[in-house]
Amino acid sequence: MLAKRIIPCLDIKDGRTVKGVNFVDLRDAGDPVELAEIYSKEGADELVFLDISATEQKRKTLAELVYHVAEKVNIPFTVGGGISSVEDVDILLQNGADKVSINSSAVKNPQLINDLVAKFGSQCIVVAIDAKQINGEWIVHLIGGKVPTERKLFEWAKEVEQRGAGEILFTSMDHDGTKNGFANEALARLSKELNIPIIASGGAGNMQHFADTFTTGKADAALAASVFHFKEIGIQDLKENLQENGIPVRL
Amino acid sequence: MNIVIINYGAGNIQSIKFAIQRLGYEAILSHDIEEIRNAHKVIFPGVGEASSAMKKLRNSQLDRLIPDLKQPVLGICLGMQLMCNFSEEGNTKGLGIFDTSVVKFSNAVKVPQIGWNQISNLKSGIFKEVAENEHIYLVHSFYAPLCTATIAESEYDVTYSAALQKDNFYGTQFHPEKSSAVGAKILKNFLKL
Repeated sequence: MLAKRIIPCLDIKDGRTVKGVNFVDLRDAGDPVELAEIYSKEGADELVFLDISATEQKRKTLAELVYHVAEKVNIPFTVGGGISSVEDVDILLQNGADKVSINSSAVKNPQLINDLVAKFGSQCIVVAIDAKQINGEWIVHLIGGKVPTERKLFEWAKEVEQRGAGEILFTSMDHDGTKNGFANEALARLSKELNIPIIASGGAGNMQHFADTFTTGKADAALAASVFHFKEIGIQDLKENLQENGIPVRL
Repeated sequence: MNIVIINYGAGNIQSIKFAIQRLGYEAILSHDIEEIRNAHKVIFPGVGEASSAMKKLRNSQLDRLIPDLKQPVLGICLGMQLMCNFSEEGNTKGLGIFDTSVVKFSNAVKVPQIGWNQISNLKSGIFKEVAENEHIYLVHSFYAPLCTATIAESEYDVTYSAALQKDNFYGTQFHPEKSSAVGAKILKNFLKL
């Protein structure tokens, strides 16, 4: 049976791992390559590296970091942050990234999704969507949740799927950093309306939150950062807990 | 040992090279016919779309070389699919090594299948000391149905071939280079054939 995935997210700034509460107020949580190895040994199913400074600073690549991670780590990993062209993706994949995630650049130029899919295939193109509720409507935001767009979450997600993305990484800016659980209602609706895997992000605080996002939220994978980085939740413990709750995991 | 990873512009070959390195071997990347022919082990990777990958193979005449190889050959993911007769993806004629067609998952499941699934009914030397129902990592929208060449099964939508073998040709739908310790063992078993 296909297992539900647990994905630690390593937010990267200047080559170091950071995690901000609501994406501001950054704290240093270590060396990314070392952390990646530890997570892989602890049973993480996948890793995501997001250069959170990239969108604002237009930093193009994490090629060197990607190379060193690929050298050491034997589980798949995704790289995102500031990726805006076919060349950016080409460099990251050549250096050993399994998938890339695009966010702002896809909103600004949706055709980029089609171009990337045509060149590299759906399987390695993840579209990350940050959204928060404004007057009861989920609105897509850019620049780490700072800038609202005209796009509505569910319409944009459907367009992203139609353009060929292999997966969606949905972060609720309302839940991110709160540790009160994932945005399960919106997640379940995404899973119902779309037919590609959905990664839940934003709000993990305890083990029950993960169980809930896989059952109520119908998520295929759950991503979190600080609860893992600060050892509040051990990945192995989490997976054992999920298995006891009848959720298929890789142990 | 001389290990060649076929480099034809389709696939995340860097991570296969690194996986082999972690096992204590060195692999070279090549599309040179002679270099491939003289290798002890050949790895045939592939990600992306079938018809464009097949076109790349034809352009470098690798489509004629690969079915003729006599040493152990391991196709990974799209590499495995291209070793079959035919793929529904882009209506692509394959290399015809494995006597089966490759078809798409139905809409009853999310497509692509992404993540860790289990393999069972293991039937080949490449699964030596690999337990039944271990998890391996896959990313794919198309699959090879069960057939006489099936040496490992997995379930998603249907029960399908997670790995195939015919004579010296092996194929895995999953990515051994990304399948943690289990994948490393399978890759090592292949290199020791």
